[in-house]
Amino acid sequence: MRTIKEINEKIKKGEVVVVTAEEVIDLVKEKGIKKVATEVDVVTTGTFGPMCSSGAYFNIGHSKPRIKIGGGTCNINDVPCYTGFAAVDIYLGATAVPDDDPRNKVFPGEFKYGGAHVIHELVAGKDVRLDATAYGTDCYPRKKLETLLNIKDLNEAVLFNIRNCYQNYNVAVNLSDKAIYTYMGMLKPNLGNANYCSAGQLSPLLKDPYYKTIGIGTKIFLGGGIGYVAWHGTQHNPLAARKENGIPQAPAGTLAVIGDLKGMKQEWLVGVSMLGYGVSLAVGIGVPIPILNEDILKYASAKDEDIYAQVVDYSNNYPQVISGSLAEVNYAQLKSGKINLRSKDVPTGNLSSYSKARKIAESLKEWIKKGEFSLTEAVAPLPQVESGYTCKLLKERPVV
Amino acid sequence: MVTKRIVLHFPRRLVDQPIVYKLVKEYDLRFNILKASVTPQEEGLMVLELSGKKESFEEAMKYLASCGVNVQPLSQDVIRNEDKCTNCGVCVPICPVSALVVDPKTRKVVFDNKKCIACELCVKICPPRAMEVRF
Repeated sequence: MRTIKEINEKIKKGEVVVVTAEEVIDLVKEKGIKKVATEVDVVTTGTFGPMCSSGAYFNIGHSKPRIKIGGGTCNINDVPCYTGFAAVDIYLGATAVPDDDPRNKVFPGEFKYGGAHVIHELVAGKDVRLDATAYGTDCYPRKKLETLLNIKDLNEAVLFNIRNCYQNYNVAVNLSDKAIYTYMGMLKPNLGNANYCSAGQLSPLLKDPYYKTIGIGTKIFLGGGIGYVAWHGTQHNPLAARKENGIPQAPAGTLAVIGDLKGMKQEWLVGVSMLGYGVSLAVGIGVPIPILNEDILKYASAKDEDIYAQVVDYSNNYPQVISGSLAEVNYAQLKSGKINLRSKDVPTGNLSSYSKARKIAESLKEWIKKGEFSLTEAVAPLPQVESGYTCKLLKERPVV
Repeated sequence: MVTKRIVLHFPRRLVDQPIVYKLVKEYDLRFNILKASVTPQEEGLMVLELSGKKESFEEAMKYLASCGVNVQPLSQDVIRNEDKCTNCGVCVPICPVSALVVDPKTRKVVFDNKKCIACELCVKICPPRAMEVRF
């Protein structure tokens, strides 16, 4: 029908037809798959939710005299960084918290500040404080460094998230008689609420469920700037159960993404504090789906009613790894504000901002229409269903 | 009939005075205490819902002012920091009085501070910490 090269030609000429993953639903309903497939070149998707496996690496530049932070210690705004690299390369994880943070000692812990908040402040252009210690060598004699840093002065500041963009997720509930605090938010006792975390019909991997167009090298909207799919994300699980329409009904595929932090915006990288759980980074991601054939469009036009998720008990079943689902609900039901579980109306809450996901899909659409964003061919596919690639539990073995 | 939610700040010297009793006996107001505490400086703070005749309510407010009780409408104290809010919706099922709801059209979270009872449940569970209570 059309190739990515042809779509890029159209982008150059200003003739490209782009719609968001929401708009395409109504278009297909009105005109049918065949007609829309001839008219629409690209469908844009978006998601904005907390993603714990996020972080950024920096090269801060060499100090005078030189210091080898590698093998030493390093904190930014008191948040510990990983120092197992070279002299002045450091990695800051989103979930890292200062050494003196009380964590969950006074339960539920507040986790007011961590790596994700540092990343947000850096992107906002604020100065941050770095302190580092080293053991000293002949070539790197310095043993202490304390300095202010600003993102504009760093040689490299790169967002590198090893798992983002989860293809579907659980709906979390609490069957116990006391409140619990989880990465899915606070769950009130006795099915007091049901929290989900997906943009549903806007979510990138739910609109390309078999990873036909999204692969390694795919150029994306990342944190308000440009990024790329670097690899499949950790816990990537294409073998998760799927409905007849091919869409996973449980957590399935994931993406590892990378991009220049200097080109990103504070609005799309937000540090979040999950009460009683920890710190995470809410990341804005948008992926363009090129409509190369009718099949791709069919998947890209899936709507909330077609996408199902499993309701999982987080008071016992999830922590104890007891499989099974209390119920299966679709995203239209979740978005209605309540779902019926065990003859009870349970109010729903979303951790993933649908209005922000919508804005991301709109922004990406505008970028493409204006010729500011062209599409890339994936250089290699993500592990697909046929690959047999799966996500396994840890096989614990006694240490002899 | 009027119903208003107000925040009363009692100076230290009034902490042991039966002020709410007088609001009932002398001004015929119905009260519902939503929150009460004594701060480290021994200043009393009370979030109160008061209902009664408009005239009685106004007289009662004059009485409170004459005693030296500082009165504020509750809506001035519970604030959503719009710059911080990401409109996710985690707060929606937590709010016991539906002061936080999702607009079905925009999918944004709408905060109606007139409904808010300052229970503060939303404050700590808000991931970007956008809800702020300032008494």
